[in-house]
Amino acid sequence: MIGWLFISAAHAAGVEEGGAHHAFNPMHQFIIHRYVPLKIFGYDASFTNSSLWMVMATTAVTAFLIFSMQRASPIPHRMQSLSEVTYEFVANMVRQNAGSAGMRYFPVIFTIFMFVLSLNLLGMIPLPGLGQFTVTSHIIITFALALFVFLGVTLIGFFKHGFRFLKLFVPSGVPIWLLPLITVIEIISYFTRPVSLSVRLFANMMAGHTMLAVFASFVIGLGILGGWVPFLFMVLLMGLEILIAFLQAYVFAVLSCIYLNDALHAAEH
Amino acid sequence: MDPTAAKLIGAGLACSALIGAGIGIGSIFGNFLQGALRNPSAAPGQFPNLLLGFALAEATGLFGLVIALILLFVF
Repeated sequence: MIGWLFISAAHAAGVEEGGAHHAFNPMHQFIIHRYVPLKIFGYDASFTNSSLWMVMATTAVTAFLIFSMQRASPIPHRMQSLSEVTYEFVANMVRQNAGSAGMRYFPVIFTIFMFVLSLNLLGMIPLPGLGQFTVTSHIIITFALALFVFLGVTLIGFFKHGFRFLKLFVPSGVPIWLLPLITVIEIISYFTRPVSLSVRLFANMMAGHTMLAVFASFVIGLGILGGWVPFLFMVLLMGLEILIAFLQAYVFAVLSCIYLNDALHAAEH
Repeated sequence: MDPTAAKLIGAGLACSALIGAGIGIGSIFGNFLQGALRNPSAAPGQFPNLLLGFALAEATGLFGLVIALILLFVF
């Protein structure tokens, strides 16, 4: 029966698409609007809804951390313990995955984690007058973040180990006749890291929000009589999407830690 | 063949990435449950690894989605 409902909903949406110009399009939510057009040296540097959401995310995280740690006491109050739990969570993640040497780079991992997490979670909230937008559902944003991690980790590796960093590509304990093949595979897998890191986050957020939009259109398409079936499903999907929002920020941070670990301990392989 | 038809068929074929993602997610949760039932006291410590493996396996399915979108909207 549910299958029939979905088919008729899709049909209703399709009929509407043929008739009206305000056709339903699940990709509509990803459009970038220029709020303040601006050009610097011929490059488009407008203040867009993407920028606005990033400003909101950084403001929210900064305000949360500053206000929760005001009047900090040895016995934490509620907000203080919330930010302490966040700190401990990321600190444990860095310590477990990159060792105590990686704690030098804790600030950058914490920043990346909080930035991605707040962007993912802000994307789940429709704001009055502004609509809904997920910054991390654009590959250029996630790719820039991943490239920053990749370049930073590579530079750390070279500064720490010099050219012995290249031992990362030549694992020890491999039979000598297999070594050329393994080295090529290792180099390729090293250079696909920024791509896989960025596409993972972008594809998860984009697929999730497209799916939410499609199910939301079923609610509209089926109307008051049948719309509650996909509506209940939507409630579950929202829960799943909030889980994914958290999980992807966590995965992004953990993988950054693992890459950092590779760079810090490259010569010990 | 009509290029549009070829595009749509290719995008549909890209969904076969879900086969691997399904197998991967199933095996991760199945193996986690197996291990957790054998040694329940060690299970909570491995929960972050479970989520990490789930996210990594799920992402491979989404790479297929990206290929489908590239086929549909770029070419």
